Amino acid sequence: MDDDHVFRALADPTRRYLLDRLFERDGRTLTELESELEMTRFGVMKHLRVLEGAGLVVTRRSGREKLHFLNPVPIRLIHDRWITKYAEHRVAALANLKTELEESA
Amino acid sequence: MSTMTAQGTQIYSIFVRATPEQLWDAITKPEFTSKYFYGSVIESTWEQGAQYAGWSSDRSQQYVDGEVIEASPPRKLVTTWRALYDPETAAEPFSRVTWEIEPAGEGVTKLTVVHDELEASPKTAENVAGGWSFVLSGLKTLLETGEPLGG
Repeated sequence: MDDDHVFRALADPTRRYLLDRLFERDGRTLTELESELEMTRFGVMKHLRVLEGAGLVVTRRSGREKLHFLNPVPIRLIHDRWITKYAEHRVAALANLKTELEESA
Repeated sequence: MSTMTAQGTQIYSIFVRATPEQLWDAITKPEFTSKYFYGSVIESTWEQGAQYAGWSSDRSQQYVDGEVIEASPPRKLVTTWRALYDPETAAEPFSRVTWEIEPAGEGVTKLTVVHDELEASPKTAENVAGGWSFVLSGLKTLLETGEPLGG
C-alpha cells in the first residue's frame, strides 16, 4: 500500500477522529460511528471508504453487520520509513539533555 | 452483543511484494521468524493438533505456546496462542491467531493477521496490540529487501 494514500487519508480531521474512535473501541458498525459525528451517514461512509482504501480500516462481516477495525500497520510503516530516520537522533539528544539537566538539578 | 465480540478481535493487514509461498515460508520457518518476530524461533510440524511454539533465539526460554488448528499452505494458518514471556499473559486463557494469505496482483500478496478470542485475555490483547504492527513491518522489510528491519 502506497504511502501517498495513507498521508492523504490522515490529512483530514474527521478521518483522524474516526481512527481515534476505533482505537478506543475497535470493531464498530457504521451506525455506531455515525452517532459520534455531526455528519450524514453518507459523509461518514465516504470517509470510511477513504480510510479503507488506504488500508487504515479493515472491514469484516459479523452476521448481518459490517464491522470496522483499525489497521495500525500502515502507520507503523510510516513510522519505520519516516519517523525513525529523521527524528531518532534528535529525540535521543533531547532525552539525554533532559536526563543531564535533571541529574544536575 | 456484537461489540463485545468485536472487542476480542484485532486485525492487522499488510501488502508485501512477495509470493504467497514466500510468505508461508517466512511465517513457518524458524530461520525467517528469528529475523522479524522479536528474535523468536517458531517451531511446529504444521500438522493439525501439533504444538506451535516460539522460543528465544538461544532456545532457553519459551515465549509463545499454542496448537495448530488449521494449516493450509500457502493460504491459511490458524493456531491457538498464549504469550508466556509475561506472567500476567501466561495466566490468561489461549486466544487464536489466523494468518490469511491472498494474492493481490502483480507480484503483491496481502497478509492479514486476525488475533481473536481475546475476550477473556485482556492483558494479552493489550500486550500484542503494538506488537503485531512491528512484526508485520519487519516481515515486509525482510521479504522485500532480504534484510531485517534496522533499529
